[in-house]
Order: sequence, then C-alpha cells, then structure tokens
Amino acid sequence: MSTAKSTPRERRLTRVERRLIASKNRLSSPWASGIALVIAMLWTVPTIGLLVTSFRGNRRQITSSGWWEALAPANWGSFSLVNYETALGAQNKLGDYFTNSLVVTLPSVLIPITLALLAAYAFAWTEFRGRNILFIAIFSLQVVPIQVTMIPLLTQYVNWGLEGTFWVLWLSHAMFGLPLAIFLLHNFMREIPRELIEAARVDGAGHVQVFLRVVMPLMTPAIASFAIFQFLWVWNDLLVALAFAGNTPEVAPLTARLSDMVGSRGSAWHLLSAGAFISMVVPVAVFLALQRFFVRGLLAGSVKG
Amino acid sequence: MFRSTRTLAALAAFVCLAGLTACGSTPTTDGSSTPAPAGSTDDACASYAQYGDLAGKKVTVYATFIDQEGTEYESSWAQFAECTGAEIAYEGSRDFEAQLPVRVEAGAAPDIAILPQPGLLRTMVATGKVKPAPDTVAANVDQYWSASWKAYGTVDGTFYAAPLGASAKSFVWYSPAMFADAGYTVPTTWDELTALTEQIAADGVAKPWCVGIESGTGTGWPATDWLEDVVLRFAGGENYDKWISHEIPFNDPSILESLNEMGKLIHDDRYVNAGIGDIQSIAAEPWTDAGYPIVDGQCYLHRAASFYQTNWTTLDESLVVGEDGDVWAFPLPGLTADSKPVIGGGDFVAAFDDRPEVQAFQAFLASPEWANAKATATPQGWVTANSGLDASLLKSPMDQLAFSVLSDPGVEFRFDGSDLMPSEVGAGSFWKEMTAYFAQDKSAADVLAAIEATWPK
Amino acid sequence: MELFLHPESPGEKLLLMVIAIAIFVAVTGAILGLLSLPKRAPRWLTPLGFLAPAVVAVCFGLVYPAAVTVGNSFKDRTGQEFVGLDNYAQAFTEGQFLIVLRNSVLWVVLVPLLATAMGLLYAALVDRTRFEKTAKTLMFLPMAISMVGASIIWKFVYDNKVGLLSQAYVWVASLFGQEVTAPQWLMNAPANTAFLIVVMVWIQAGFAMTVLSAAIKAIPDEINEAALLDGLSQWQLFRTITIPMIRPSIVVVLTTVAMTSLKAFDVVRTMTGGNFDTSVIANEFYTQSFTNQNKGMGAALAVLLFVIIIPVIVYNVRQLRKSEEVRR
Repeated sequence: MSTAKSTPRERRLTRVERRLIASKNRLSSPWASGIALVIAMLWTVPTIGLLVTSFRGNRRQITSSGWWEALAPANWGSFSLVNYETALGAQNKLGDYFTNSLVVTLPSVLIPITLALLAAYAFAWTEFRGRNILFIAIFSLQVVPIQVTMIPLLTQYVNWGLEGTFWVLWLSHAMFGLPLAIFLLHNFMREIPRELIEAARVDGAGHVQVFLRVVMPLMTPAIASFAIFQFLWVWNDLLVALAFAGNTPEVAPLTARLSDMVGSRGSAWHLLSAGAFISMVVPVAVFLALQRFFVRGLLAGSVKG
Repeated sequence: MFRSTRTLAALAAFVCLAGLTACGSTPTTDGSSTPAPAGSTDDACASYAQYGDLAGKKVTVYATFIDQEGTEYESSWAQFAECTGAEIAYEGSRDFEAQLPVRVEAGAAPDIAILPQPGLLRTMVATGKVKPAPDTVAANVDQYWSASWKAYGTVDGTFYAAPLGASAKSFVWYSPAMFADAGYTVPTTWDELTALTEQIAADGVAKPWCVGIESGTGTGWPATDWLEDVVLRFAGGENYDKWISHEIPFNDPSILESLNEMGKLIHDDRYVNAGIGDIQSIAAEPWTDAGYPIVDGQCYLHRAASFYQTNWTTLDESLVVGEDGDVWAFPLPGLTADSKPVIGGGDFVAAFDDRPEVQAFQAFLASPEWANAKATATPQGWVTANSGLDASLLKSPMDQLAFSVLSDPGVEFRFDGSDLMPSEVGAGSFWKEMTAYFAQDKSAADVLAAIEATWPK
Repeated sequence: MELFLHPESPGEKLLLMVIAIAIFVAVTGAILGLLSLPKRAPRWLTPLGFLAPAVVAVCFGLVYPAAVTVGNSFKDRTGQEFVGLDNYAQAFTEGQFLIVLRNSVLWVVLVPLLATAMGLLYAALVDRTRFEKTAKTLMFLPMAISMVGASIIWKFVYDNKVGLLSQAYVWVASLFGQEVTAPQWLMNAPANTAFLIVVMVWIQAGFAMTVLSAAIKAIPDEINEAALLDGLSQWQLFRTITIPMIRPSIVVVLTTVAMTSLKAFDVVRTMTGGNFDTSVIANEFYTQSFTNQNKGMGAALAVLLFVIIIPVIVYNVRQLRKSEEVRR
C-alpha cells in the first residue's frame, strides 16, 4: 500500500540520488552505530540479568552469586526450568487469569482510544469558546494520582451494584487513560495538514465524514503508538484491579496472581523472575505486531505551509 | 466567533454534573443464588450442628493470606462450609492494609476481615462499621484465651475481635551441629548470651550474629522486634507497656539503655554481619535471607520469629528444621534463667456485619475445632494462642515449640509493640529510624529522639 | 443477568467482552450518525457531540475525585473536621520535608529530560536501519515489564553482593590494583536518588522513543530528501530539520513523562521504601493516605503534586498559544 503511494514521489529523484539518500539514511557512521549499540546494551543488560535469573532454580543460588557467574560454561548445569514449572503449575490456574487479563484489557484499550480520538478531533479541528481552557484542564488531569479516586469511585460502583465486575474495570481504565490519550492524539491530530481537512470540508463533507474518511486513516501510527501504551498499562495494572474488582479468580488479572506468588511473607520472590517474563510475552508481542503501523510518510505528499 | 458556541463550555460542565447526579440511584443487583450442598449428617458434621443450617448463605472473608497460605486457610473451614451449607468466599491480598479501609469507607466491606494487628482494629473501629463480637465468640475467647489476648481485641471497653493465629517472636535460630562442634551450649541468661557472643568472636571461626532488616516497604520492622525484645528485658514489662501507650516518652532513659544493650550485640563490627558485610549491610540484607549464613557456617546466631521456619525451606527445600536437624531455635534468654519474656504477634477476626451466618462463622473461628482444623491443614508455620488446640496436631516441631511458649502461663508475654503504636510510629518512624541506626550510623539517642518527635499529638 | 455481572467460564467472559465492545461500538456509531444527520446543524453541535463522552468520563473519574481530595486536604485525618491550612503547614514544617521536596523536583526535572533525550537519540539513530524493529523492541522491553519485575531487575544491578554495578565497580578497581568492596549504592545520599532516577529513566525512555519515532516518521520524506541533497550531514539534518519538525511531540513527551514521574512512587517504595533520604512527595502521599490513614495529610500532599506540575502546564499553555498563532 505504502509502496504504491510513494511511487510518484520517487520518480522525482534520479537513481543515483536515491542511492545516495538511502546510504546516508542508514546508520552508516560508525559513531552512530556505536552509540546506538551502547544504548541498546544499557537498556538490555539489566533485563538479561533477570532472564538468566529466571532459569536459576534455587533461591539460594540467586542471592549468593551474581547472575553473570551462571553464564560460565562450568555452571551451565545449574540452569533449570523449575521456576517456570512452578509458575505455570496447574494449581496457579494461570490460564484463567490470562483470560481475565485479556477480557479486562481489550475494551479498556478500545474505549479510551475511540473517545479520545473524537475529543482530540474536536480540540484540533473545531472552534468553540473555551476550547484551550478545556483542553488544558483535561491534560492536566494526568497528574491526579489514581489512589485518590479509589474511595469516591468505589462508593459509586457499590451504589450501582457493579463492584467486582469487569464493567467497572473497563470504565475505570477508560477514564484514567483519557487525559493522556487526548493529549497525545491531539498532538498528532494537529499535524494533519490544514489543506486536507479544508479540501474535504469544501467538498461538502461534514465533520463526521472528515473524521472517519480523512483523519482516521492518517492517524494510524499515532493510534498504534498510544494503543501500545494503553495496552501495557492496563495489562500490567494491579492497583485498579485490586481496588475495584478485588483479588478473586473471577476477575483478577494475571498481575494479581503473579504478585501473589511471592507468598504472604514475600519470601518466594524468585518465582517472580519467571512470572515477569511470562507476563511480558503478551505486551512484547503486541508491540511487535503494532510496529508495522509505524509507517513512514502517511502524511507525506502535502507539505505543511 | 459564533454566538451559539459560547455555551459549549457551560454545557460541558452541565453534562459533567448530570453524569455525577446519575450516580446516586441505581438499585443494587445482586442475584447470587449459589446452590449449597445440603448439610450431611455424618459424624464429621456432628460438631458443626451448633452453627445451624446455613444453606444458601454466604460469608465473605478478606485477609492477607495468599497463595499456599491462603489455600491452607480455605481448607481449614472447608468442613464448616460442607456441614452447614454456607459458602465462605475468601479473598486474600498483599495490599490488604491499604485496601481494607478503602472498601470499608466505600461501603464494600467484607463480612469478616482478618486483621494482622490490633492497631488496624482500632482504626477500623473508629469508622463505626465494625460490629461488636457476639456472646458466642466472647464465650469461646473467655474459655480458651488469656485475658490479655482478649484485651488486644477490645477497643474502649467493647470486645470486637477474637484472636485467630499467633506468633512467638523471641527466638534465636542456630545450628545444633555447629554448636556441638564448637562446644557451645544454648545460653539461658542474657549474660550467657553476651558471653557466648564474645566467645564466638574470640574463636574467630565466624562472626556470632547475622542480621537483616530489609523488607521492601516494611524495611526496619525486624529491628523493631529486636529492640522490643531488649526493652522487655532491660526496661521490664511495666515500662514496656508505658512505652507503647506513650506514658513514658519514646526516648525514655530506660529505652535508650535497651537500645544500647542491643547495640552491644548487633551494632558492633566484631559481632556482625557474618557472611554478609558490615553494619550497614544489615539494612540492605533481606530479612527473609538473613539467617541463611548459618547454613554456610558463616554465623552462629540469628534472632527471628517462629514463622521464620518457612523461610529456611523456601531458600533450600532440603533443610530440616528441628532439634536434630540443620537449624533449630532457642528462646531468646531473659536476664535471669527463670524469667521468660516473650514478644509475639497475632491476627484478629473483625466482623462488618452481624447476620447470623457471619456470627456463626466468627464463633467457629474462635473455637478449638477450627484451630485443630487449621493445624491439620498446615504443614508448618502456623500456631495459635487458643489453649483448646490439640498440640499433637501441629506438624512441625517449631510450631509445637512456639505453641508451648504461647500457652505457658509462666511466660511474660507482650504483644509486638510496633503493632500497638500509632501507625505513624509503629509502621513509620520506628521502622525508618531503626533502619537509619544501621544504615546511616545514627546515634541511639538521635534515633529515639527522632521517633519521639513523630508521635502524633 | 448473571452473565452480565458475573460470568464464570472463560467462554462466558470472552462473550461478555464481545458484547460490551459491541454495545460501545453501537453507541458510538449512533452518536456519530446523529451528528451527521441534520443538514443545517448549529456549529456547536459537533464539538459537543465529539467531546461530551470524554468530558463526562473524566469529570466522573478524575475531576470529581480530585475535587473531593482538595476538600479533604483542608480537613483532619478522618475527613470530618475542617482544619484550614493545618495539613499544609504541617507538611512544610516536617523535618524531612525539604529533602522530599528537593527529590521530587529532581525527579520531575531529570527524568523527563534524560528519558526524552535518550529516547529521541535512539529513535533517530535506529530509524530506517535494518535493525530498527529489533532495536526498538530492546528499548521498549523495560516498559513491558511490570513494576515488580523491574524492581527485581534493578536489585540485580544495585545489590551490594550480586549486583552487576557492584561487580563492575570491583572489576574496575582491580584493574587499578585496588582491592575494594562495593558501596551500598542505595543507602548513601544524595547519590542514591540519582540511582533511583536512572531506574525511572530506564523505564520511561521506551515511551519517549516510541512516540518520538512515530513523530519522526510523520516528517514528509521530501523534506529530508531536499535537506540531504542540499548537503546537510546526518547530524545537521537531525538538529535543523528533525528536532524542529517534531518539537510539539517532544513537548508532549516531556510533559507526560514529567507527570508520570511526579506521581510515581513504586520505584522509591520497592527499592528503598523511602529510606535514606530518597523519599518523594508521591511516596509520602501514599504513606500518609494508606499506612497512616491520615486522609487530610494525604490529600494535601496530592494537591502539592499538582502545584509542582503547574510550571509544566504553564509551559504547555504557552506552546499551545504559539503554535496556534503559527496555524492562523
């Protein structure tokens, strides 16, 4: 799709020029590659430590020698899957909790994104008095700690008879995600060239049509990047789930089960290293899957004036 | 701009309000109708007949016990549920102490909450939502517990919460084999303990003590237990009580003396911190791991509660806890051989509802039948001060030792002081300053003065 | 009704989820449909229709609790008696408070700057390379790990015995012929706050990188091509084209990370428990609200969080005004 779109543009350059650009665009300077590599290492090595740890079975080994020592070939024999076996063990019913996480997460991502797109459009492309003040008020709400909402919201949920259900989790996550979603999507929404919107409006399209046909397709990378984070926050959430739904197998997410594995007195935390990786698989898969929506040049073709 | 658009901000405010007012009135829809098994009339159920037929009734229970421990509790009342037909819906959470007040205030209180310390009971009673214990519970507590235990569950003269589990904290863990090899004997007085400490340091094989007080957000609490133990010995029980109720200041000279006595043992580079590091390392070493150097032969003594026994096997499943095993514990000695001062803790059953099934369950939890069922369900690491417990049902020797201490009338028992102090101190400055005592080498006098300054007026 | 409130099997739960999504889609569709119906609708109808759902949601979920909190901050610990400014006065006179305030300011300044700088640099460096996807995943990983996981990860960096940093320190010292033991990194103020900030930067850089990468990709190719044909070096291109073009996104990222790091207490709480002079306002807020059950004081500290962030909001307002003028 994107190749078809970019063909007319490429014709404007000669083949030599294109090759020149391609080479320049690559990470060609050894300095650049070096820096990127160092950053990548800094960001990865701590996690590798956890990964290695998760395969070191005995809690005692983990706290008596550094994880790098286990990498020496002589010590390979000490690697085992026992932490994973314990974590995935049948009595933990991770499958059930996994379903709960999934059921909690999908609507909790979809709802705030949709509502935020609508709101961001109104902030970016319609005029009304008090627009800026309302926008600032909304994004400032990011600073409200979720903890202060617990008593007021739970009181209402109890009044509605909905505490302990998925409904309040969906609602809560959607509400908490909105300020950032609107802030972030508004930023990308404003980058859409004015000419595109105005051209459509002149052709007689209403705001709803412009929103659906012009804006939405252009917002794909932004939606993807926010979706990743909303997914992540909801998936890794423990606080909202415990506060509004409780730690029961009916609704509690995977994170609740994993954090419980350390036991009442917090002594079995070596299981958490395995648990952390089990819980990480899904967000990483989502990140990889959504990456292909980070397409270059969706907005290209009409340069902003 | 356009005349009609000026209303938008106002309209936004209006919908906002409308959204709120819509909150008030929606009827509760709780159509739960869980079919319960009809009460069977087996012999096993005979002792449950007193609780009546509770078929179709549901009791929600909220507590701190999770994972394996939570399962043990659930099986301890499984028989009750089967015989009476009641459904016991249990929920455990590590976040219990933060969540319970939220739920209570929001109107989502559980029927029964198992509170890990009496301080929380006081906070909860202050909300006005806790129901006084029914007579059946009081009768059980009067019969099977000492008066002091009943007092911990009493607030302003009203008895609310029956004790449930208990722990004895004044133990010193050691390796019987290492003691035998070195020719040491278990000390029976504080002087002997001090002498043993010096002896071990002089022999130079390993340092005497290993200590660790890191506990995540609760870092410092093991050190407060240490100090309480020493206060009970050097300042005496009477001063201990005054200290906790703040009749004497936190930095009373008798407390300063106690902290200095404690410092002689574990704030001295010659005596700590075996196999781990220097004095500062005490604040960094997780309490869950701190005793382990004993197994490696790197230290001889580790003061920790009876429930520390599960930590040994978490670290290494092959370890045997017992008098002839790899590790064992002796009671932290008093000043004299015949004094038996003991610090302990316990949890308490508070009810937020007084429906008959809730009260029946409360009475059951206060009975010897429950204690026996719990002992049967627990492999190790649980004990109670319920004198009706059949001690032979306790499976681990450490639990039996702890029970014998808790049920010994000759013991001078005191409840863990930090659990009875206001949380600003008992779960705040006391922990923090004891940590600073080791981590930042803060002087004993400064530590106590800093804690005193935080006592709520 | 039972299915709607308390689904039991995984199948029922998934079904309920699908139903919920369907209801949501239907309602949204209905709103959009209604908005596009009238031929000569008043101008305010569209913004109202587009904004109302979001505004209602944040009013209920955030504004109303925030208002309750502001009210509580003037009340006593049980939320009953009005005590005026006592809580604020007490907060400011607490012995440790200046240190806590200093740490919070350090967090709210350093974390956004460092995380954004690293994220931006990395996003630009790996853009259009063959390894882009893998490289970006690596920086994203920390975000995907739950807080509990992250705290263990950094235990294995800072631990005095089994921490990588401690080991590296010992190794380096031995290169110079020194026999040393590693210090307790998290205990010695003020460096320990810096070590905690590193953890937060490590977590947040993935966010900055992802958003800024999306912004970089939104720069039209022609602009880059033209600049490169003009003979600009990669570095010049980055400085004179890329950064100005994605400036609004940088502001958004800085703002978001600032607010996140101001509210964050899990790093401090799990790694030092607020000991050793590392506490931040958010941690004190949590302690007062939940450990001490002091509602008034907890609320006052939550309000202080908002006060600290005001400069960031003012900066955003000015940016918004500026870009508004450009657009006209």
